[in-house]
Amino acid sequence: MTERKIKVLLAKPGLDGHDVGAKVVVQALMEAGFDVIYTGLRQTPDAIAKAAAEAKVDVIGLSILSGAHIPLCRRIRELLQEKGLYDKLWIVGGNIPEEDRMVLRQLGFRGVFPTGSRTADIVSFIRENVK
Amino acid sequence: MTEKEKRKEAPVRRVVNESGIEIKPLYTAEDVIATGGVDSSRAGEAPFTRGIHPLMYRQRPFTMRQYTGFANAADTNQRFKYLIANGQTGLNVAFDLATQCGYDSDAPEAVGEVGRVGMAVDTLRDFEVAFDGIDLDAITVSLTINGAAAILIAMYLAMAEKRGYDVAKLRGTAQNDILKEFIGRGTWVFPVDPSVKLVADTIEYCAKVAPKYSPVSVCGYHIRESGATPAEEMGYAFAIAKAYTDAALARGLDIDEFAGRLSFNFNIFGNLFEQVAKFRAGRRRWAKIIRDEYGAKNPSSGWLRMIAGGGGFGLTIEQPENNIVRGAYYALIAALGGAQTMALCCYDEAYTIPTPKAQRLSLRTMQLLIEEVGLTDTVDPLGGSYYVETLTNQMEEKIVEAMKWVDDHGGIVKAVAEGVIQGRVSEYAYRRQRALETGALRKVGVNCYNESEEENPNVELHPYDELGAIAQVQSLRLLKAERDNDAVERTLDTLRADANAGRNVMPAVMQAVKAYATVGEMTRALVDVYGYFREPTRLWRKVA
Repeated sequence: MTERKIKVLLAKPGLDGHDVGAKVVVQALMEAGFDVIYTGLRQTPDAIAKAAAEAKVDVIGLSILSGAHIPLCRRIRELLQEKGLYDKLWIVGGNIPEEDRMVLRQLGFRGVFPTGSRTADIVSFIRENVK
Repeated sequence: MTEKEKRKEAPVRRVVNESGIEIKPLYTAEDVIATGGVDSSRAGEAPFTRGIHPLMYRQRPFTMRQYTGFANAADTNQRFKYLIANGQTGLNVAFDLATQCGYDSDAPEAVGEVGRVGMAVDTLRDFEVAFDGIDLDAITVSLTINGAAAILIAMYLAMAEKRGYDVAKLRGTAQNDILKEFIGRGTWVFPVDPSVKLVADTIEYCAKVAPKYSPVSVCGYHIRESGATPAEEMGYAFAIAKAYTDAALARGLDIDEFAGRLSFNFNIFGNLFEQVAKFRAGRRRWAKIIRDEYGAKNPSSGWLRMIAGGGGFGLTIEQPENNIVRGAYYALIAALGGAQTMALCCYDEAYTIPTPKAQRLSLRTMQLLIEEVGLTDTVDPLGGSYYVETLTNQMEEKIVEAMKWVDDHGGIVKAVAEGVIQGRVSEYAYRRQRALETGALRKVGVNCYNESEEENPNVELHPYDELGAIAQVQSLRLLKAERDNDAVERTLDTLRADANAGRNVMPAVMQAVKAYATVGEMTRALVDVYGYFREPTRLWRKVA
């Protein structure tokens, strides 16, 4: 018997085109043995919530480097809650200043990974926090 | 064995540069000869290994052109004037993401993004304000715009025309390199084929109407940031430049009518000698391509005119002051590489869009090179070095290899449309990240010497102006009420019709711009015909 694979949706919300980090994380998660769906750029909050619900993922990961992380995460949080996905693990990475990290955690994004985070830390955070 | 003897016995550390060339501990004349010898041409003579101009910086130092723009046109105009007052010699405009992706400031997609990472532009009015009081003959302007480039080039030309400049003599540059946007940076709008068609439209239009204007700056830069070796950066950029060249030739233009106005944008982080050799080898290779493959008669058609700058990937969020020092070395690389224009990422850019102080510091870094340490005295000062000449020959081979890889994958347009090149670049980025995490790739302050006393570096963050975003939307509404909306509709209909008929859309875009049509309106008219790009993501999707 193998353990069920952890399933992750990694999304790029908004207009930000910086996808190097997101794609690096996708590859790291795949190498760690997770099932990963990468949405590509320019996803609306609605599309992300819909994809997360349909694919029945365990983890919803967002990557935002433009600085618009708070308005985007706020909107995506509402939609994830509407779809009953509050028990999933929500994480966010990108160019996130110190003072915004607590705000994001309070919104329900339990993992916040600012620029410079190690992929190994993201992998172990997911392993530890997915029930 | 004593420690001293052990050191003597230890094998010499093997060094391979990022482009895959094994580096010897010592180079001699024999290495230069074995790799093809020294190019005996002087600077200003084809194939321009040593520089595109005979006297290079002795005659005119590199242009300094920091990437700048935030909030609205009025705020950005103030910052332009501040930089010019501090000795900056060119402008490089940053636009917000809504503008870059073809949305107006009042579009739902623009929420939270208006004026955030660059200046918001909705109509010609914003261009009029942004360049108010700036002499466009004295200072050249570079527009960092891609997906919406046709529209913003038209805005620049229309603004200049309105102010009485002769567009036929107007200089300036637009980035307008859409193929690299699909590989990295991501501000595409239309599918790949119509996107390339639009680039050809701008080249053709400028060749006829604004022949001094550089409608395209082909960027290896962002591909290198996204995950490519220095040699691949240059090889992929040349593959892209050739795609635009082919598209322009297909319009019936002569190669010498436009090739001299193609410009390039390259990165400067990494090993100093490898980058300098990259620039020397790249100049030589591009000159040969234009002369031998395209049969250009005019030597200046083969000039690799370039902005070399940035270096964003090389900078770190850890110990950010180290980035000031890195910036100085990167600027040195650009100067030794013979760049026409230079711009540096600011030390605080891993945190924020730069403060005026950080921008001034970047400017001073470049000015120091010109004024204090002798970088402008002599052309190509590393020319003749056994090491650099050998490496130049070897880098040229690697550049050719990278171009061949693209050809083997069906050419750059196909490789981009299918996501093949994105996959390759992304894999390289992953390997690079792994190397950083394991320490195989040394990074000061990150994986070595990282015992920072300063846990919380005191970087001043640029505040996002929510009220400014609201004001931008209000002035857009006001303008829509003031303008002749019937005229706008007519110009948009013409634009749609011309796009549908496969005609060059630039004349219609010019008319729409002059009628104060918005970026969003014009983009939607084109989307009606061309549709949106659908990003191939399958390469990163693992099926269980």
